[in-house]
Amino acid sequence: MIEIALPILIPFTLIIILIFIRSSVYAKWIGIAGSTVLFVVAVYLFFQVRKQDVLVLQMGGWEAPFGISLVLDYLSSLMLLTSGFLVFSISIFAYHFIGNKPKFSRFFIFFFALVMGVNGSFITGDVFNFYVWLEVMMLSSFVLITMGSKKEQLEGGIKYMSLNLIASLFFLAGLGLLYGKTGTLNMAHLAQILNNDQQSILMNTSAMLFFIALGIKAAIFPLFFWLPASYHTANITVTSLFAGILTKVGVYALIRFFTLFFVQDAYFWHNLLLISAGFTMVIGGMAASIQYDTRRILSYHIISQIGYMIMGLGIYTPLALAGAIFFIIHNMIAKTNTFLVAGIVSKLRGTFYLKDIGGLLKERPFIAVLFIIPAFALAGIPPLSGFFAKFILIKAGIEDRHYVITIIAVLTALLTLYSMIKIWNEAFLKKQPEKSIVDTDVKLRFAEVFPSVILALASILLGVLAAPFFDLTQEAARQLMDPDLYIKAVLSNM
Amino acid sequence: MNSIILQIASKYLRIIFLLFAFIALFRGHNQPGGGFIGGLLAALYIVYDSLAFTSDQIKQQLKVRPESYMGVGLLCVLLSFLPSIVTGAPLMQGAWLSVDSSVFGEIKLGTPLLFDLGVFIAVMGVTLMFLFTLSTKK
Repeated sequence: MIEIALPILIPFTLIIILIFIRSSVYAKWIGIAGSTVLFVVAVYLFFQVRKQDVLVLQMGGWEAPFGISLVLDYLSSLMLLTSGFLVFSISIFAYHFIGNKPKFSRFFIFFFALVMGVNGSFITGDVFNFYVWLEVMMLSSFVLITMGSKKEQLEGGIKYMSLNLIASLFFLAGLGLLYGKTGTLNMAHLAQILNNDQQSILMNTSAMLFFIALGIKAAIFPLFFWLPASYHTANITVTSLFAGILTKVGVYALIRFFTLFFVQDAYFWHNLLLISAGFTMVIGGMAASIQYDTRRILSYHIISQIGYMIMGLGIYTPLALAGAIFFIIHNMIAKTNTFLVAGIVSKLRGTFYLKDIGGLLKERPFIAVLFIIPAFALAGIPPLSGFFAKFILIKAGIEDRHYVITIIAVLTALLTLYSMIKIWNEAFLKKQPEKSIVDTDVKLRFAEVFPSVILALASILLGVLAAPFFDLTQEAARQLMDPDLYIKAVLSNM
Repeated sequence: MNSIILQIASKYLRIIFLLFAFIALFRGHNQPGGGFIGGLLAALYIVYDSLAFTSDQIKQQLKVRPESYMGVGLLCVLLSFLPSIVTGAPLMQGAWLSVDSSVFGEIKLGTPLLFDLGVFIAVMGVTLMFLFTLSTKK
């Protein structure tokens, strides 16, 4: 069963290889090849999960709950698959966009360190191990943000680092309390203990600390301030990687923790989740609509969309969870793609500032199409992926009589549409402002456009094949609603 | 600092630092210690040297880039997984080799030691990288 550990082992091996390779050209090719292998492995693991439901690997032969278990169920394998796909396309995008300065030859080391952290946190079945992967992610993402060593990057990096360190502190505190009370950190074992204990409501302190820590990681209201302060400063390759993957690890962990072992006192937690989801959607959406830097619009947008995912968790019916998972996957793909297109636009115009951009529809109709697909997918226009994601969530909200949050979700969709149309109007429809001089002969190379094309195709496919894909997410939701499956698979010897 | 006493003393002290680093490394399997502490102690000898000499002199003395230390360390970690992968045992399961030596009696060498050694070297590399980055004047 070693293949479960491959999503961690492959990036680890690649890091070692890349440390010894100093040429940035070879590093880029190794990066692309490595991400391809990772994606293939993720696909393979996904089909294994389809066959066997839950895959478990006990590290070092120490049976759970004593050792660290790696667990792969539908949710984790879907996340692994999506992030593998994103990593593959971003590694191609990086080929030209990361730049050719010698220090950028180190880019792929930290890129794969980040990927290792992300993959690790998706497949681990141990809370402390999850914490370790969070740290791996945080350290490498700090290096990635500040890679250009510009002043604003250092400023953004410091803000990012300090708030994420606070998150780690909260997480560690919650983890300590949990361990002190239950004597275990294996997720399945925790679930077994807490779900059979009358007094497990006392663990709410710990759950609250986790909620704050993961809330900071996932950028939900009122803990999201680090995100807009740092994301727009980094190289666009790095930003699109972060936009697609980083915050979703927080959301994944919230879903995992609050469906597996923090399921007592559901009334309080689900209301709290719903309230913060509502605020996250509205405030993110409103803040996005007043910005004029594409990267800032899109960054606030990440926050607003996180709200939908948390909403699905807060409603907590099988349909809502399936909708949340559908939404996460749709959002990872479409969001990353908008950032990639923003990168292409900035290459054509030399800026991210919307007031200085224009006339792209006539000049580059193909890029306009590339933008409109993920933008409309995010806004929720049928037949693209976002429509079905939002539809499922709203249907779940109405069925379970959460009318307020449902109305907020619908209104936020309008806000999303507004800010997407704003980018469309400013960058593509209106004429190029006369004062700015642009070079219209910039040639776009294959590796710059290709990742965006495949992500756009994925957005369309998710919309067209929504029914079979929805079945998958429903399967994932069914597993989440029935933690016994997970517990039995991990603790098979007990 | 240009002190001849310090420079001569560092020659002898580095043996002691390294000795303790390795003791920490070996006892780490069952007692407090291990690769991380050992690596820090081993890096300490170079930190100490950098007080006696300049960091440029030390860089020349070392000949290997700190980054390569990290690479070699991580490689050791990866190699320590190999026995478990080859034999098909659960990943990272320890494999042990018993060596009979006339001086120390039976010595058990295992993949956990290789793992710790990898951590040792990598930690040493990271600490050196910090040291050299901070001590370089720009």
